[in-house]
Amino acid sequence: MSRRPYERPITSEWIFRHPRYVRYMVREFSCLFIGGYALLMVVGLERLSQGPAAWESFLQALQAPASIGFHIVALAFSLYHSVTWFNLTPKALPVQVGEEFLPDGVIAGAHYAAWVGLSIGLLWMAGVF
Amino acid sequence: MTELSILRYNPETDDQPRFQSYEVPCREDWVVLDALNYIKENLDPTLSYRWSCHMAVCGSCGMMINQEPKLACKAFLRDYQGLIRVEPLRHFPIERDLVTVIDDFMAKLSRVRPYLIPKDVKALEAGEYRQTPAELKRFKQYSMCINCMLCYAACPEYGLIPKYIGPAAIALAHRWNQDSRDAGREERQEALAAKEGAWECSFVGACSEVCPEHVDPAGAIQQVKIRSTVDWYQEHLMPWLKK
Repeated sequence: MSRRPYERPITSEWIFRHPRYVRYMVREFSCLFIGGYALLMVVGLERLSQGPAAWESFLQALQAPASIGFHIVALAFSLYHSVTWFNLTPKALPVQVGEEFLPDGVIAGAHYAAWVGLSIGLLWMAGVF
Repeated sequence: MTELSILRYNPETDDQPRFQSYEVPCREDWVVLDALNYIKENLDPTLSYRWSCHMAVCGSCGMMINQEPKLACKAFLRDYQGLIRVEPLRHFPIERDLVTVIDDFMAKLSRVRPYLIPKDVKALEAGEYRQTPAELKRFKQYSMCINCMLCYAACPEYGLIPKYIGPAAIALAHRWNQDSRDAGREERQEALAAKEGAWECSFVGACSEVCPEHVDPAGAIQQVKIRSTVDWYQEHLMPWLKK
């Protein structure tokens, strides 16, 4: 009796085999918007370095409907990206105190707290308050 | 009665696998493995599949049930509506019917040295290696792994990049790295810190979701990444800290 193992081809159908794979792909896809927004910030810095007129026209461009649309979509994806990653932090950073591990909510909660703290600090530096 | 559609493959006569349907009684306390045993005993003795304990301990009967990796002994017929599709575990070559070729996993498992590598080997009369309950708790969940390979079937990275060491092997290596009696982390790092080691993982998390023993391989892999990153920084930025 001879062996003749059969290798099944790998196709992209796995993405739709279970909702968890779709959620994963959306999380991975969301980084494009994070990257896109970071590029926009770099462009803004460049325009700022070119003087007041260039900066003003950059601000004008930001108010265009397409730009506002991009910001709304980017914000939604950024939130999804941040929330999904923060919720995974207890797996990567378990903290054992005595015999027991700290509950997942404490680890993820600490990250949310740091996020809120840093955001408030940033807004304060920007003169919002 | 309930209908099972089973992927069959006979290497001697078939060029590729095909589905074959069987009608089995749907009893309240039956799992898919009972249905397979019923088929083998009453309908078709040529059906091949692995099983042993029938109680989710041996890890032999892993298969795809309605596209999800499951232990056939833990998947109750009553939890499924309509046709139940049974296929061999994904990402492994099919030997025959529901039997897969698991050589790749076995080789990877031995590469990560999943056994105690003590710093100083004690003489037998020196007694046992002692451990506190807290030290035990640090790794205990990973020691529950039964090598059923459901995590490999769930992991798209392993499907796309077959040289990836994969979830169970890394979780078991991590189990020993976390053990207070063990000093073998450096030896395991060669396999774990390689590109096809922990870094191939993009944290899909499916491995932990499908594990029938509630092990968290995804967590283990991320912890290995963090330790490897700290290693790198120590080696390149603070070489004087290295022993």
